[in-house]
Amino acid sequence: MTDPIITARGVDIFYDTKQAIHNIDLDILPNKVTAFIGPSGCGKSTFLRAINRMNDLIPSCRISGDMKIAGQDIYAPAVDVVALRAQVGMVFQKPNPFPKSIFENVAYGLKIHKITTSKTEMQDRVEWSLRSAGLWDEVADRLDDPGNSLSGGQQQRLCIARAIAIKPKVILMDEPCSALDPIATAVVEELIDNLRKDYTIVIVTHSMQQAARVSQRTAFFHLGSLVEYGETKSIFTNPTDERTQNYITGRIG
Amino acid sequence: MIDLTKKAGFGLAGRHRAEKRFKWVGRSAIAISLMFLALMVGSITLTASGTLRQTQIAVQVDLGAENVDPTDPASASYGRLVKSGLRDMFPDVTSRREKKALYNLVSPEGSFEAAKLVAKDPDLLGSTQTLWLTASDDLDLYLRGKIDITLPQNQRQISDKEVVWINALQANNQLRRVANWNFLTGGDSREPEIAGILSALVGSLYSLAVCFALSFPIGIGAAIYLEEFAPANRLSDLIEVNINNLAAVPSIVFGLLGLSIFLGYMGLPRSSPLVGGMVLALMTLPTIIIAARAALRSVPPSFKEAALALGASPVQAVFHHVFPVAMPGMLTGAIIGMAQALGETAPLLMIGMVAFIVDIPDSILEPATALPVQIFLWADSPERAFTEKTAAAIIVLLIFLISMNLIAILLRRKLETRF
Repeated sequence: MTDPIITARGVDIFYDTKQAIHNIDLDILPNKVTAFIGPSGCGKSTFLRAINRMNDLIPSCRISGDMKIAGQDIYAPAVDVVALRAQVGMVFQKPNPFPKSIFENVAYGLKIHKITTSKTEMQDRVEWSLRSAGLWDEVADRLDDPGNSLSGGQQQRLCIARAIAIKPKVILMDEPCSALDPIATAVVEELIDNLRKDYTIVIVTHSMQQAARVSQRTAFFHLGSLVEYGETKSIFTNPTDERTQNYITGRIG
Repeated sequence: MIDLTKKAGFGLAGRHRAEKRFKWVGRSAIAISLMFLALMVGSITLTASGTLRQTQIAVQVDLGAENVDPTDPASASYGRLVKSGLRDMFPDVTSRREKKALYNLVSPEGSFEAAKLVAKDPDLLGSTQTLWLTASDDLDLYLRGKIDITLPQNQRQISDKEVVWINALQANNQLRRVANWNFLTGGDSREPEIAGILSALVGSLYSLAVCFALSFPIGIGAAIYLEEFAPANRLSDLIEVNINNLAAVPSIVFGLLGLSIFLGYMGLPRSSPLVGGMVLALMTLPTIIIAARAALRSVPPSFKEAALALGASPVQAVFHHVFPVAMPGMLTGAIIGMAQALGETAPLLMIGMVAFIVDIPDSILEPATALPVQIFLWADSPERAFTEKTAAAIIVLLIFLISMNLIAILLRRKLETRF
C-alpha cells in the first residue's frame, strides 16, 4: 500500500470552549478522492479547513494534535502558511471567482507566487489550467469577460482552474456542487475524477450518491468524531458501525 | 366555499387601509420636505439674482496733461478728477454736504477703476473722456426698486436730492447695468458693490485640498488596519469607541485644538488654508474611518478567503481583492466628510480664517478665508446690498458642493465592480 500524503493523529479542534473535533486519526492516500460525509455540524468542514489552516482566520479556533502533510507538521512554527496553501488548494461551497476577468482569475495565483513572469508562459499556463478544468472550449474566446459572467457550474470550474494553476499537491473541496444543478454537478464530478491522476482530492459532500460516485475512500463523521473510514465500496455496501448504516440508509442526518 | 374577495375576513379591509395610509404619510412627508427645499433654494436664488448685474455710471473725466502726467499716469489723483467730473455734471451742487452725497453716487472704488482704465488704454490720456465707473450700492438698489421712496427721507438710504440726480442721469443715458463678473473674479471688500467671492472660494479649495490629502490616506489606512488586521482585543474596542465618539465631538472643539497645537505649539501660519485644512482633516477623519470600515465590511468575505486559499498573504488578499471592491464605498464616505468640511465654519473662526481677505491667496500658507466664513461675514454686514451678496455666496457654495458630489459619483461609477 502507498504511503499516505496526509496523516492526522489525535486531532482536536475547539471553538472557544466548544469542542468541534474529537481525537481524530486519519490517513489520506495520494491520487485518490477521499470523501467526508456526515450530518450537518458533524465537523467535516472544520476538519477539512484544518488541512490548509483556513481555520487560522477564525480567532476563536484552536487545534491540537498532529497534522502532517508529506511528513511535515503543518502547525509547526517554522511552517509558512502561504507556502502550505500553495501546496494545498481549496475550492469552496459557493463559487467565488474574483471580480476580475476570467484570465486574471486563473493567473492570480501564478502572479502572487511569481511562478512565471513571461507573458506567453502565463498564457500557456492559464490555458492549461482551463483545459484541465474542462472550461477552455467554453471561454477561450472571452478570457477578458468578468469571471462572474459565467454560469454557476462554469464559475465553479473556473475556481478549480484557479486552484490547479499553481499545481498544488492536494485540493480540498468543500461541498463544491451544492450550489449547482445536476448537469453542472455531473460535469464537475467528471472533472474531479480526471484530476485524481495528478492531485490528491479531499471532498466534503452532503450527497451520498456523489460520495459513492466520485470517491475511492470515504470517511463518515458524526458529532465531531470519525466513526468509520475505509474504501468507499465497503462503507456503502458493508458498513461496520450502526451509525454509518443509519446515515447512509437515510435514518439519521 | 372559498371567498377570495376583500370581504373574506382576516381583517383584510383594515390591513389594506393601513397600507394605503402609510403610503400617503410617506408621500406627504416627501412632498413637505421638497416644498421646503424649493422654498429655500427659490428664495436664495431670487435674492442672489440681484448680484448678476451691476450698475455703472458714466462720468466725464478730464484726463488732460494738466491733470494726468502722461509720463506717469499712475501718480495722478483720480479720486479728485472723478469728483470734479461729477460736479461738472451737476453745477448747481454747492454745499459741502450735498457735494459729499453727490460723490457717493460713485463707489469709493471708482477712482481705482479710473486709474486701471487709463493704465489699460493710454490712448485715453490728453482729453476729457467718458469713463464707466461702478455705481454705489444704494444707487443700484434704488434703480432696481429695492428702496421704497415713499418712506420719510430719514428712514431710507437715499435722499430726495439723490433721487433727482439719479433720474437725471438715467434720462441722459449715463447709467447702465452690466454683467457683474467682478463678483466671481474679485476678493472681499467693505463696499458691497465691488465685493467678490473668489478669495473665499480659493481659500475653501486650498483648505479642502489639504484636508483631503491628509484625511483620505490616513483614514483609509486606519480603516483597513482596524478592519482587516487589528487583533480583536480590548484595545481595538477602545479605539473603536473613541473613533465613534470623536465623530460626534462639536467642530469648535477641533478648532480650539488646532489653535493650541497647530498655531500655538507648532507655530504654523495663522489664518492659512494649511492649518484650516489640518483642522478640517481632524474633524473629517472619524467620518472617513467609520464609512471606510463599513465599506470594507460589506465586501463578501469569500474574495478574501479565495485569495488566502490560493496562498496570498493577508496584505495581498486585502489590497488585491478587498480594497478595490470597497473603494467606491470609501470614496462615498470621503465625500460625505468633505461636504461636511466644506460647510464648516466654527473651527475656522478659531484659527483665524475669519480675516478680511481682499487678495486671492496664492498658496496654502497665505491668509485666506473660506466660503461659509465669507457667508457669515457678509450676513453680519449692515449694508443692505450685502444681503444679495450673501445669497449669491450661498449659491456658489451649493454649486461647489454639487460639483464635488458629481465628481465623486462619476469616480465611483468608474471604479465600481459588479459581483
